[in-house]
Amino acid sequence: MEQVIANGLYLGAQYALIALGLTLIFGLMNVLNFAHGQMYVLGGFITYTVYGQLGLPFPIAVLCSGLTLAIIGGFMERYLFRTVIRRSHREESTMLLAAATAFFFDAVMLLIFGEKQRGVPKIVKGVFNDYGIILPYDRIVVGAVAAAMILSFIAFMKYTKTGRAMRALAQDRVAAQLMGVEVDRYTMIGFAMGAMLAGVVGGLLVSITGVNSGIGGPISVKAFMMIMIGGAGVAGGAIAGGFILGMMESVGLTVLREYGDVTYLVIFAALMVFLSIRPNGLMGKPWG
Amino acid sequence: MPTLSRRALIGAASALALFAGAHAASAADANLKIGFVGVTSGPAAAWGTSNVRSMQTLAEWYNELGGVKIGDKTYTIEIVTFDDQKDPKRAVEGMEKMAQEGIHYVVGPNVDDGAAAVRPVAEKNGIIYFPYAFPKELYTAPASNAVLGMIANYQSGPAIYKYLMDNKGVKKVAFVAANESDPLSQRDSGVAAAKALGLEVVADKDTYQNDTRDFTPVLTPIVALKPDLLVLSGVAPANAPLLIRAARELGYEGLISTETAQDAKVLEEGAGELANGFISVGGASTPEIASDHMKEFVARYTKKFGEYNDESNTKVYVLDYILETMKANPKAIDNVDEFKKTIDTFEAPNPYLKDPDAKLKYVGSTSFGQKRQVAVPMVVNEYKDGKFETLFVGTVD
Repeated sequence: MEQVIANGLYLGAQYALIALGLTLIFGLMNVLNFAHGQMYVLGGFITYTVYGQLGLPFPIAVLCSGLTLAIIGGFMERYLFRTVIRRSHREESTMLLAAATAFFFDAVMLLIFGEKQRGVPKIVKGVFNDYGIILPYDRIVVGAVAAAMILSFIAFMKYTKTGRAMRALAQDRVAAQLMGVEVDRYTMIGFAMGAMLAGVVGGLLVSITGVNSGIGGPISVKAFMMIMIGGAGVAGGAIAGGFILGMMESVGLTVLREYGDVTYLVIFAALMVFLSIRPNGLMGKPWG
Repeated sequence: MPTLSRRALIGAASALALFAGAHAASAADANLKIGFVGVTSGPAAAWGTSNVRSMQTLAEWYNELGGVKIGDKTYTIEIVTFDDQKDPKRAVEGMEKMAQEGIHYVVGPNVDDGAAAVRPVAEKNGIIYFPYAFPKELYTAPASNAVLGMIANYQSGPAIYKYLMDNKGVKKVAFVAANESDPLSQRDSGVAAAKALGLEVVADKDTYQNDTRDFTPVLTPIVALKPDLLVLSGVAPANAPLLIRAARELGYEGLISTETAQDAKVLEEGAGELANGFISVGGASTPEIASDHMKEFVARYTKKFGEYNDESNTKVYVLDYILETMKANPKAIDNVDEFKKTIDTFEAPNPYLKDPDAKLKYVGSTSFGQKRQVAVPMVVNEYKDGKFETLFVGTVD
């Protein structure tokens, strides 16, 4: 059971970090970014290229992933989403745009990086094996970095001027504007931060799970599940959703293994019941 | 009367010469379209992409040599591709597109449900297709238009388990498969084969979502059962290194095998030395058996696409089978009934193997009651330090 809990916590930290960027963008702009998984994949490929192919240090590679995605995210907000939001009166236009960018990223990455699964050398060798828990050291490092990033993100949103401005925007866009918050500027920063988080987590996890050009869609679906559990647009909800999903997967795959692949069936059924009771998730209001 | 300038005259003469040249070329060379319907995008893109790229490499090579002579005509080979996105509905659309273009020979689809879905379209429109899918009903009478393009797991699995029982002392075996039709059917036939050989099957229900990125939770309970052999049934090349790595990091020390083709580079990057000893089914590229022709194919593929894919070791064959069968009976070029007649007696040298006695021929009588399978050598490989080494070579009849 110790191993099952350790697996769940590790998965949860991964998932929470993936979901944070998605929920940030949703909270600020009410946009469901279907390309979030593709941004994660692009971050993974950048780290693969910089660390795995060019041989530069892993932290620099992850930094490159984060910076590149932040720039791409900024441009996407400025020239795509802002334009569509201004010109279209229908909310689903942004969803269509997000879906289109997801397909675009998929096609471009397949063209550039090919169809193969890619991986990089382990960042730390060896396996921790004690107290009934087996956990490779590289997972411990990645899990710790993920936890540190989650805490830093919460602190940033809570204590910095930029974070407070973004929280104000998420709570009430018009009121924030009337109070002098520069809506366009902070929306762009928020979108760039969301994309950056996707890039960083993609870069971090390429050292554990590798990356291939076709996994963006499934990653997005899992991220949506997490924010539905926790409550869309709420940072604490994304974190809670990530850990709950990670733990449900880990426990389900052990306890239900005798019955075949019913773990996700049970998770989806539980999610449907849960959403019918709490349609806004666990913490269904922006930024608590 | 207006006079033509010298420049206009030269221009008209050039245009005429170009037109005449083009006309002459088209009279000398007819076009022969061969189709592909399979998956070239999404998580399983590697399966179809290695098919398409093998076909494109060969077509370019043959066209460069002046085309392929079938009967008294020489043909330029054109590959027409359709990405079915691993969706049976799209596969049907793809096969319909091939029919509209007048194509009679199609490679693919890559998965069971796609191959089953296109059957009515292929039979109605006179198309012979070469799926990379294993359901026996596709190849057993009354079905007659599908020809299996590779070795099925129910053919290679028993051979691998027997070898490992005899040579590595394997007694206990565990199976794990993705929760999709192909891997699940491969797992079931693998379990049956293992039981028939007298092996103790300690896990036969464990599955995972095909988009799983972290397999530690999936493998934790299986590794605890301490099997001698862990079979990754129908594993996608993208998942194989992740499964191997997770099993080894959890302390699993037994053997790991699969009956699908894998790529050495993917294993090296994804699992490194942890993948040493991994057993899979390959084709013809190991140095022990590959001919110079095969080596040139690999070199051309690498030059054209930047990187070779070892899955093409099995997928290189089908285009040659189609063309060589047409050479044996030129009427088959637009008449699949003639193709079917030729299947039973067809034989040609296998250019990809060193062995001068190796032949291209259709097999499948034992498994399907009729010859509806291409004879790809059943090369069982062991991965070691970035390369495959041949463990043994088997045959299918």
